[in-house]
Amino acid sequence: MTEREIKKSIKELSPIDVYMLLPKTNCKDCGEANCMAFATKVVNREISIEQCPPILEKEYEEAYKKLQEILAPAIKEITIGTGNHAVKIGGKLVMYRHEFTYHNPTPIAIEVTDEMPEEKLLEKVKTVENFSYNYIGREVNLDMIAVRSTSNDPTTFKSVMEKVAGATMLPLVLCTFNPNVMEAGLVTVRDRRPLIYAATKDNWKDMAELSLMYDCPLTVFAPNNLKLLRSLAKTLIEYGVENLVLDPGTLTDEGLSDTINNFTMVRRNACNKEDKLLAFPLIGTPITAWIGEKAPEEMLAWKEAYVASMLMSRYADLLIMHSLDGWVQLPTVIWRFNIYTDPRKPVAVESGLRVFGEPDENSPLLLTTNYALTYFTVEADIKSAKLNCYLLVVDTEGISVESAVAGRYLTAEKTADTIKKSGIEQKVKHKHLIIPGMAARLSGEIEDLTGWRVLVGPRDSSGIPKLLNEKWPPKEE
Amino acid sequence: MSEKKKEDKASIKISPKLLELLRKFQEVELEDVDIEIGDLEFWVQPAVAVPPPPKVVAPPPPKVKPTTILEEAFIPPIEEYPGSVLEVKLVVIGGATSPAFYMFENPPSHPPTVTLDVFDMKVPLPKAIRMHVEDVMEDTAAWAKLAVDKFGAEMVTVHLVSTDPLIKDTSPVDASKTIEEVLQAVDVPLIVGGCGDPKKDAAVFKKVSEVAQGERVVLSSLTLDMAEAGILDDVANAAKDNGHVVLAFTALELNQAKELNRRLYEFLPKDSVVMDLTTAALGYGLEYSFTIHERARIAALMGDQELQHPVLSGTTNSWAAREAWLKMGPKWEPRVLRGPIWETVTALVLLLAGVDLFMMMHPAAVKTMKEVVRQLMSTGKAKSEKIADWVTVKI
Repeated sequence: MTEREIKKSIKELSPIDVYMLLPKTNCKDCGEANCMAFATKVVNREISIEQCPPILEKEYEEAYKKLQEILAPAIKEITIGTGNHAVKIGGKLVMYRHEFTYHNPTPIAIEVTDEMPEEKLLEKVKTVENFSYNYIGREVNLDMIAVRSTSNDPTTFKSVMEKVAGATMLPLVLCTFNPNVMEAGLVTVRDRRPLIYAATKDNWKDMAELSLMYDCPLTVFAPNNLKLLRSLAKTLIEYGVENLVLDPGTLTDEGLSDTINNFTMVRRNACNKEDKLLAFPLIGTPITAWIGEKAPEEMLAWKEAYVASMLMSRYADLLIMHSLDGWVQLPTVIWRFNIYTDPRKPVAVESGLRVFGEPDENSPLLLTTNYALTYFTVEADIKSAKLNCYLLVVDTEGISVESAVAGRYLTAEKTADTIKKSGIEQKVKHKHLIIPGMAARLSGEIEDLTGWRVLVGPRDSSGIPKLLNEKWPPKEE
Repeated sequence: MSEKKKEDKASIKISPKLLELLRKFQEVELEDVDIEIGDLEFWVQPAVAVPPPPKVVAPPPPKVKPTTILEEAFIPPIEEYPGSVLEVKLVVIGGATSPAFYMFENPPSHPPTVTLDVFDMKVPLPKAIRMHVEDVMEDTAAWAKLAVDKFGAEMVTVHLVSTDPLIKDTSPVDASKTIEEVLQAVDVPLIVGGCGDPKKDAAVFKKVSEVAQGERVVLSSLTLDMAEAGILDDVANAAKDNGHVVLAFTALELNQAKELNRRLYEFLPKDSVVMDLTTAALGYGLEYSFTIHERARIAALMGDQELQHPVLSGTTNSWAAREAWLKMGPKWEPRVLRGPIWETVTALVLLLAGVDLFMMMHPAAVKTMKEVVRQLMSTGKAKSEKIADWVTVKI
């Protein structure tokens, strides 16, 4: 059998392929009902092969090795940082999101320099740590600190690395092309397993030594030169460095096309052409939007923001950014959250009645559609305000409120039908229905058809608590 | 066998396999709609068409550490596709022969195009947009002219929202007059948007088709609901008789998109159909839109003829995201930037997924979009020395 035949594409891998290599004893030590059930979960990446205790024993050594081989991702997974604070990058199984869920959401490293005034440096680090946004009930954050040596002075870099390491446990990227400066930094944070940025055509040998000596992953930087990128990767692998991260260079403006193409070619080579030299995570540096341009700050931040999302869409496994502005980072972290969700997740949630808190017969009844994102948004707003209420979810075939009203997916008939089936009439003793502001024009029809009084709610569910505060219970007429 | 012949053989093999897969999924759909998304991910694998790759042998364990750089070549990973996307003549859109902006393979045949939204009545708009159009909101033709002259619209979309029976119920005749006025005012192709009520839209589109005969407007949009109501035929015929293009709208579901296209083929030439697969806002389902566009485009390139149409994105939907307009506290300000960056990011990720035509609204988002398209259309302009020493540059 050739290697090609053994290593089936991840999409072709079936539970049987895994099952055949398992002990097949159905011992249940993994917590699954039998080996076949375990194999299915392994193929779906819901459980790791190491959860099977027997396979780790000497007897199954060869099978374990084969399993690791057939399950290996197309892109190597690299760990930066240690313990609870480690981040994993890469580990991608496929090129396109519809083929399989993307793994390891792109961490965003925010840059500081070793020449920033100490106060500003610590303030920026703290802001990164505290960055948080509640998105459909989930907290989204920034992930890493990248320290650039603009001083090019080992002593300065060392002293700043001490300050940064003292201020945060976030994983670190050390950025300098000067091996002496790099070593001064590594000495300080060696136990933190930072990412070394970067080996170039000029310094690769010294950086390789540092990577081996301090056991830290190493970035290869070959701006807009994939031949050099492959050559350096080959050289470093031969040198004994196993954990590489690739930077083909991020150029905004006129170089953007080349950048997007380089990222795409590297990923296609790794995923579809079995190019082992490029089978490593990609690092994008939207921060370069700030370099060499004389333009107002907000123009540069604007460019950095959209380049970040474009690079994430085209395979960046790690980003280094400069701007910490909320309006720059918010679209970036939300898009990151989005593309790393399971593409099989349905667009629609189940329709029917939902109960929040401990509502009684006087509690409000709200209405929304069954589009997943609409529903989760409303749900998150209700939960964060700790409301006691009922929520009627109408089956609009997974369409959001505004489009559903326009396209007649949300109608008075459907509302009446959902009310009837939900049994809400036995649960509350009032007859007041709160509908989304975007469905206001259905008020009359709903009242006529259902006999319920309609209270038009806010256009955005963030306004629900305020509405209830001001208008609930409704005044009887 | 030559490389070319091998690939031809490979592509001949694929088509039946693809058809078989598609048939299978349509059956699944009938049984259980929920299964479908999970299964659809296996739909079309670009890897299927890949000729056996040149073997890259893993390097042997190091014996001697290298002392100079070991020279390696880089070969661009180029593939050939049995299919391509049709061209639709407005300004010409579509014609893709590779995934979006795979410049190393095949550059786009035509640059993606931007159409700006205008409305036939004063509508509630986020402040960040309203401030740019406030003076023209009650004059549709003036609004369209502003979009072209000031904001660089390559096309204009006139949304006839006032025709909604629940709003003003403007008659088809009056709505057509608005379209005539806009046609007089601007010299770019038009998209005519309805109100979403299938019956009313059908009546309006028929009238507009006649009045705008020969202008090749895009009717936005035709839906399976119209087919269900038995009024699709009339509208499609009106479009054909008067030389217009139709936008086939479906909600994030490729089997439906294919079904609607099949219905339209009964009346219209294939180069008169543009698809709208639904654009959800960043944070509110954009990932569904992104992935369905990638899937649709790859399927088209792999030979699925029912998906070989240019695609349109209603990018203005990005303003439905609360993050685009909500007051959120000083950390997230200013809103005048947060809103348009939302539209910009929504547009640009869909640009990379293969969208050909973008309905947009905010001037800054439109400007960025046009600039990025211009940059992406040509390669070889990277000045790598600019970033060679980025780590030491003071910002």
